[in-house]
Amino acid sequence: MADRPVPIAEKRLMDVKLGELGTWLGGRDFTPNGLISAIRRGHDRYYNKYINVKKGGIGGVAMLLVGYVAISYIWEYDHIKHDRWRKYH
Amino acid sequence: MLSRLVFVSGRALKGSGPIGAGLVHASRSLHTSSQSQAPVPALPEKGGKVRHGIIPEELFQLLYPKTGVTGPYMLGTGLLLYMLSKEIYVVNHETFAAASIITVIIYSIKKFGPSVAAFADKLNEDKVAKAQEVKDLAMTSLAQAIEDEKKEQWRVEGRSMLFDAKRNNVAMLLETNYRERLHMVTNEVKRRLDYQIALQNLHRQMEQDHMVNWVEKSVISSITPQQEKESIAKCITDLKALAKTTQAKAAV
Repeated sequence: MADRPVPIAEKRLMDVKLGELGTWLGGRDFTPNGLISAIRRGHDRYYNKYINVKKGGIGGVAMLLVGYVAISYIWEYDHIKHDRWRKYH
Repeated sequence: MLSRLVFVSGRALKGSGPIGAGLVHASRSLHTSSQSQAPVPALPEKGGKVRHGIIPEELFQLLYPKTGVTGPYMLGTGLLLYMLSKEIYVVNHETFAAASIITVIIYSIKKFGPSVAAFADKLNEDKVAKAQEVKDLAMTSLAQAIEDEKKEQWRVEGRSMLFDAKRNNVAMLLETNYRERLHMVTNEVKRRLDYQIALQNLHRQMEQDHMVNWVEKSVISSITPQQEKESIAKCITDLKALAKTTQAKAAV
């Protein structure tokens, strides 16, 4: 499985062991360019897996919409708190 | 379905973007990266599997070894109850609206999903067929061009025979011309020589005639009338003598 030793900072997140998490975070590229390239890579992965296919289903777009709904609910939570039915849970 | 339409429109947008940017940066050089002749890999047939439209299959695969088939559903139910009981998810008027909207969406997807999918598939098919047509046309025309080129190359081989024939033609023309001119020369020379001969002949003839006339004239002028009478009388006596001898001969 392990073909050659890869430096820790370049491993994918799923392959990083718990103890190496600190070094991994330290080695990542947090410059604006790095952030943008990370976003682009993530976008490309999602796009090529779910949308850029011959017979895509509703999943590709639906997951994005559900994520949008969830994030907007989280951002509005401080406002929605006031609609709670009980004071103590 | 929806993603297919997104794909169709997204490709169009993506395609137009870089071209607009490339026109601005005209100083960028083209074809600098090494090119590979490998054909572009085809699009995957189906996308990543998604269960119930919103949950990727990977979650189910992740939990299967530990919890079996019902694991993720249990997880979902537990999470839902937790969020409801702790009122992390608050039930208010928006919940009712969301429920109605979700019902309508699910109903319409179940009802119209396949037909929309077939429509989008047909659009894609048409595009692919058109591109394939263009490619086939280009291939046939190029193959035809190759055939024509080979024919031209074959024709070139006969070129030397063509040049030999042309050379022969030119040589014959030159020869004919030369002979024509030779004939002309001989004819002209002969005409001039004939002229000279005729001239000389004429000269001699005229001299001769003139001399004869002159001699006749002088002889006739030298015969006086007296001599003329005497000669006429002599002629008469000669004739009589002759007549006598012939009469005698005839009687004998």
